[in-house]
Amino acid sequence: MSNKALYVKMTEIRVDVTGETCPVPLVETRKALRKASPGDIVEVTGTHPASKKEIPMAVKALNLELMEVNEEQGVWKIRIRK
Amino acid sequence: MNDKATIIVHSGDLDKIYSALIVANGALSMGMEVSLYFTFWGLSRLKKGELEKGPLSRMNLMGIGSRMVKSRMKKANVVSLERLLSDFKELGGKIIACEMTMEIMGIKADDLRSDLIDEYGAVGTYIQEAKESKINLFI
Repeated sequence: MSNKALYVKMTEIRVDVTGETCPVPLVETRKALRKASPGDIVEVTGTHPASKKEIPMAVKALNLELMEVNEEQGVWKIRIRK
Repeated sequence: MNDKATIIVHSGDLDKIYSALIVANGALSMGMEVSLYFTFWGLSRLKKGELEKGPLSRMNLMGIGSRMVKSRMKKANVVSLERLLSDFKELGGKIIACEMTMEIMGIKADDLRSDLIDEYGAVGTYIQEAKESKINLFI
């Protein structure tokens, strides 16, 4: 007998909005979060400066978990858990 | 219930339609519900093939200004109004078309992109939406 019910399937979804400007990074993040299942991780990569501040604001408004924000040479990466 | 934003889209000007859709998509992205009430010149932008054809609200210069801003937007990687509108629908945004405008301006249901329109209504529909909204704009 299989123990399938014991597995929690967690997916990582990557969203690349490099080079995109307002409001695309925010909108694409929201689209990905809508499609994700609870527990899934959404990782967004982008370069639009304001979105680095605003995506965490949206994460808070949506009551989700902001796991990580980092930036290297103008490219930021934001990890969110649904 | 989620917070809600309601926008009356009165202008059909290119720049103002951009403002309305960007605010709307931002609100949807931040978890709000959004209703757009299209009336007067705004509603004519929902006619088939008319979305991107609005003039600039200032310095249109018979269409030269509008074309110039579009080319600068393209350079700045700003997405098209079509894309903004399809994102709006994908994120669950609601579109209400003003019936009185249709009558006054002789717009038939067939002229409009009915696939985008959730409801046809009058002022009562708008008030019903607006009274429970935290953000209310007239653009």
